[in-house]
Amino acid sequence: MAIAAESARPHHTLWGDAFVRLRRNRLAVVGAVLIISLALASIIVPLISPYEFDEQNLNAVLEGPSHAHLLGTDGLGRDVFTRLFYGARTSLAVGIFVQLIVLAIGLPIGALAGYAGGRVDNLLMRFVDIVYAFPDLLLIILIRAILGGSIYMIFLAIGLVAWVNVARLVRGQILTLKQRDFATAARAMGGSGPYITVRHLLPNSLGPIIVLITFGIPRAIFAEAALSYIGIGVKPPTPSWGTMIYNGYQNIFGAPYLVVFPAIAVGILMLAFTFLGDGLRDALDPRERR
Amino acid sequence: MLKYSLNRLFWIVLVLIAVAFITFSLMHLVPGGPWDREKELAPQVIENLNKKYGLDKPYFVQFGSYMWNVLQGDLGVSYSYQDRGVTEILLDGLPKTATLGGVAFLIAILIGVPLGMAAALKQNSIIDYIAVFFSTLFASIPGFVLGIFLVLIFSVSLHLLPTGGWGTIDHVIMPAFALAALPAAYIARVTRASMLDVLRQDYIRTARAKGLAEYVVLVRHTLRNALIPVMTVIGPELAFLITGSVVIESVFSIPGTGRLFVQGIAQRDYGLIMGTTLFYAFIIAVANYVVDVLYGVVDPRIRYD
Repeated sequence: MAIAAESARPHHTLWGDAFVRLRRNRLAVVGAVLIISLALASIIVPLISPYEFDEQNLNAVLEGPSHAHLLGTDGLGRDVFTRLFYGARTSLAVGIFVQLIVLAIGLPIGALAGYAGGRVDNLLMRFVDIVYAFPDLLLIILIRAILGGSIYMIFLAIGLVAWVNVARLVRGQILTLKQRDFATAARAMGGSGPYITVRHLLPNSLGPIIVLITFGIPRAIFAEAALSYIGIGVKPPTPSWGTMIYNGYQNIFGAPYLVVFPAIAVGILMLAFTFLGDGLRDALDPRERR
Repeated sequence: MLKYSLNRLFWIVLVLIAVAFITFSLMHLVPGGPWDREKELAPQVIENLNKKYGLDKPYFVQFGSYMWNVLQGDLGVSYSYQDRGVTEILLDGLPKTATLGGVAFLIAILIGVPLGMAAALKQNSIIDYIAVFFSTLFASIPGFVLGIFLVLIFSVSLHLLPTGGWGTIDHVIMPAFALAALPAAYIARVTRASMLDVLRQDYIRTARAKGLAEYVVLVRHTLRNALIPVMTVIGPELAFLITGSVVIESVFSIPGTGRLFVQGIAQRDYGLIMGTTLFYAFIIAVANYVVDVLYGVVDPRIRYD
């Protein structure tokens, strides 16, 4: 096999190339490793922890970190270590599902506005402007108050506000790409508008969309933590880092470790996604490299 | 230029009306009403209350009269603070939120711009790496988490500052820094990138070639041009400061408009929630408008047609 490969120019796909660039970026690798480890840890935590996340032990309340409880116990005697990793499930789920909703709304609207142009574009983009004009956290809180109920409604509340960024980006991408020669060629060969958009234009704008989505994840995680912190997020006893921070903060003088661990966890996870996002941006768009 | 500003102004008014209408409609969708109590009120009492607050009228009539009052500076009634109107309550909290936001804004600019400049001027030096490191760090840590770390350090460990409350300068320091960290980081990033870009321009080489003193090149030629992109992010950053203060005020128990909003949600105080949202949207719209118009003034290369 080596004979032919030596003389031929090595084959590089766009994505393969980007992956190589991403792997060379040390911070991005650190970010990705952190995210994957946290996800794995949050999956296997029931196997490694002898405690349940909602298991109360009123004989062991507010105990500092020890052998039995690696990160101590909270005001109800629940194991903080266990709750922290169950909380990671909440945060990661919010981050991912919100972005799925964002894509489901933002992608079609942005693509439609960009390709159709004219009055449709005008109408859709004015609507985007209006959603944009809301103070975002306030709108999330408002929608959250209306939807009430389960954690899925939190995904929806955040997603219903966050999609505008993707819609704007996709529209911009489509607008420039549809002027390019390959789009003209596809049109000349008789491709219909929707076909060209889905088959040619969207795949070519995938890079910037992936980057925006990656940066959207920590913002959604932050929104959930903020909602939980002000008391309208995930309902107890489901652990959420925001709720844990809020509860811990009430007792910051007595048991500061209660607030420190979830706060560090939020910081690390958001930082990890930022590293990964920065890395992806540089990898997917070599022009942006500084 | 004038035509452009007027056009924009007209559009902002339309957007604000739309924002008011959406908020108004959303509020009507919220399950549960302002008269929900532990003990159910008699139907006659509810009917009278509805009549008193005009809630028995048709939907659009209610919205119309609400907008008419808003134009006269009356943001309606609060259901939980029955002795005061929403306007009064907001004006009561506003000085605190404005002080906090203003101080945070100054901190963000005074840290962000010099940091970004230093990083760009000494690109790839240790200063640059430190600046980039801190701007990445603070761009990803939520303000309220940073606030809690500040409390841990300066209140719990060092006993230097109060954990919360309002009244003295000491009360402003930690919340302002917690609020300013993210915008400062962001401004530093934009300043750095924009300075690097300007420094590569031909007119900078020309300025140096004709023998101008280095500080003249930096201040008159580089800085003036490099700060233009920074100005564009100031509008969105102001918006961030305003909404960010909702959570920060809760962390530091500051009785500003942000905490009022959170309390309004907890008490289903529709009047207060609507008033706050509209008020915030108004401030954000005005801030963006001012930045937009100033942009054209600062950068004569921009032409509005």
